[in-house]
Amino acid sequence: MLFRYLFILLILLPLKAFALIEVDITRGNLNPLPVAVSPLSMDEKSKSNFRKILKKDDLGSEISKVVENNLRQSGLFNPLNKNAFLQKPDIANLKPRFEDWNLIKAQALITGKVTFVDQKLRVEFRLWDVLAGKEMMALAFTTVPSNWRRVGHIITDKVYERLTGEDGYFDTRIIYVSEKGPKTNRIKKLAIMDQDGFNNKYLTLGNELVLTPRFSPTNQMVTYLSYFRNLPRVYLLDIETGMQEVVGDFPGMTFAPRFSPDGKKIIMSFAKDGNSDIYTMDLENRIVERITNHPSIDTSPSYSPDGKYITFNSDRSGYQQVYVMDSGGKNVKRISFGNGLYGTPVWSPRGDLIAFTKLHKGKFYIGVMRTDGTGERLLTENFYQEAPSWSPNGRVLIFYRETKTNSKGEGFSAKLWSIDLTGYNEKMVDTETDASDPSWSSLLTN
Amino acid sequence: MNLSKILKNGFLVIVASLVLTACATQKKLGQTQGDVYTGTDSVEYLASGVKDRVFFATNETVLTTASRETLRKQATWLRKNSKITIVLEGHADERGTREYNLALGERRANSAKDYLMTYGISSDRISVLSYGKERPVDSGSNPLAWSKNRRSVSVKAN
Repeated sequence: MLFRYLFILLILLPLKAFALIEVDITRGNLNPLPVAVSPLSMDEKSKSNFRKILKKDDLGSEISKVVENNLRQSGLFNPLNKNAFLQKPDIANLKPRFEDWNLIKAQALITGKVTFVDQKLRVEFRLWDVLAGKEMMALAFTTVPSNWRRVGHIITDKVYERLTGEDGYFDTRIIYVSEKGPKTNRIKKLAIMDQDGFNNKYLTLGNELVLTPRFSPTNQMVTYLSYFRNLPRVYLLDIETGMQEVVGDFPGMTFAPRFSPDGKKIIMSFAKDGNSDIYTMDLENRIVERITNHPSIDTSPSYSPDGKYITFNSDRSGYQQVYVMDSGGKNVKRISFGNGLYGTPVWSPRGDLIAFTKLHKGKFYIGVMRTDGTGERLLTENFYQEAPSWSPNGRVLIFYRETKTNSKGEGFSAKLWSIDLTGYNEKMVDTETDASDPSWSSLLTN
Repeated sequence: MNLSKILKNGFLVIVASLVLTACATQKKLGQTQGDVYTGTDSVEYLASGVKDRVFFATNETVLTTASRETLRKQATWLRKNSKITIVLEGHADERGTREYNLALGERRANSAKDYLMTYGISSDRISVLSYGKERPVDSGSNPLAWSKNRRSVSVKAN
C-alpha cells in the first residue's frame, strides 16, 4: 500500500509522431542528448495552494529539477542550462517556438503544467522533438500533493522509455544498510530511500547487526539478516507496518536471503556444523526444501527471472566460484572459469546476464557474464567493493565500495556507487551516512 | 653503452633496496607464519595460560599445530570447569564477499568446536556464532591486520 498512492494517468493525445531522435543505450554514450527541461508552469492560485501545503514556492520548477537531475545522472542526457531558455514555460507548453529551442541546441524539450485540483496535484507534461518540430508524447497525472517527487520520477521514466525504447528505472527505491562508528564495532541500520537519494528513512534502530536487505518483487516486503539476540537469522520485514518475523525455524545461522521472482518463497543459506547449503521456504505453507546437499559452502543464491534456474556461490572446486542449477537443485554447472575468485552472483532482470564480484590479485571487480559463463566483462576495479544489484531494467548496477579516507591508507568510508552495464557513467550515490548492501526495487508504478 | 650501464647500476640499486625492504618487512611480520597470525596482540586469556583464540590462513579453516595446542588447553580448562559453556565466535578478514565470509566464519568456529569435542567437551556446552567480516579486532587494511582478524574466539557464555 505504501507505494500505491492514487495515480491516475491520462494519455492526452495519440502518439503518432515519427521521432527523429533516439538514444542508443547499448554502448557507452559519450555524447549525451541535449535536452531542455522547461520549468513546469503554474497559475498563481495553484502556486499559493502548494505553498501552503508543501512549503514550496514553485512546485513546477521543483518537479522539473527532479526530472533534470534524473536525466543527467543517467549519463544519456545533457539537460541544458535554464538561463538560456527564451520561451516562457506556459507558452512553451502550448506551442513551443522550435527555432528558439533549436538555437540553444536542444534536441528534445520537456514542458508541462502543474495545477491544484480538488486538493490534488495534477501534472501534465509533453515531450517534444525539436528537430522534427513535433510532439512525441503528452501525459497527465493526478495524485496526492506529497507525491510530487514521484511525479518527477514517473515523468523521467516516460521520457526515458520514449527516447531509448527501454523501461525506465527512476520511480524506484533503494534499500540499503546505513553504517556508522568504528570498523571494529560498526552500528548498522536498515534504510530506504528514493533512487535519487531523497526521502531517506531508517527501518531499524541499530540495536542489532543487520545485513543484506533485499526487496520482494512487489516492494512491500524486505528479507534480510539480523543478529537479533545474537542469533543470526533471515527475517522478513513489512515496510508499511514495520512487522518483522523470523523466516523458518532453523537450528543455526540462516543468511544470504532473496525472494523468488513470484514472491512466494525465500531462498537462503543455512549453516550447520561447518557446512552451508541452500534452502527455500514457502511463505504460505512454511514448507522448507533443501536445494543443495554438498560438504562445501553453498551461498548467495539468486533466481533467474523466470524462476527456473538458480545461480549461486560455491567453493566445491576448492575456491569460491559461480554456479548455475535448476531451481530444484539438479544439473549443477560451474560457469566462472577466469582467474581469481567469484562471489555474489545475481541474475539480471532481463535474464541474459549474471553480475558478480570478482577477487583477483588483491583487487575487487564488479563484472557481468552470460548465464553460461561466456562473455565475461569487468566493469569496475577497486581496492574493495562488492554486492551488485540490478536496476529493474537491467541497465545499471548499484554496489558498494569501501575506500581509505587518507593517503596513508587509514580510516575508511563505505559508499554506494552505480555504473552502467556499458562500464560507463560510474557515480557515487549520495547517502546521509556510510552505506553498504544496496538492493534496487522494481518500478513502483507499472 | 653508457645508458645501459647506468640502467644496470640503477637496477642493482633497486634490487638492493628491495632486498633491504624485504628484510625489514620480514622482521615486522615476524608475528605470522605462512599467513597465520602467531603474535599475542589481541589475544585474551580464559584462565592463566589458556589463550581464548586461534588463527587461520587466508581462505582456510584447518587448525595449525599452535591452534591445536591452544584448543587442547581450552579443553583441559573446560573439563576442570564443567559448569562453563562457551560460544565459539568465528571471523573472517575483510578480503572476501560478505555472505561467503559468514559461511567461512561458521566453518572456522566449527573446526575449533570439532577439535574441542575430540578432547571430550560435549557439544551441549559449545555454541557457534559466525560474524563473517563484521567484527574485525584490528581495523587496519594490511596483511598483519587481516591475519589477526581470521580467528575463532572462545567466549564464556555463562
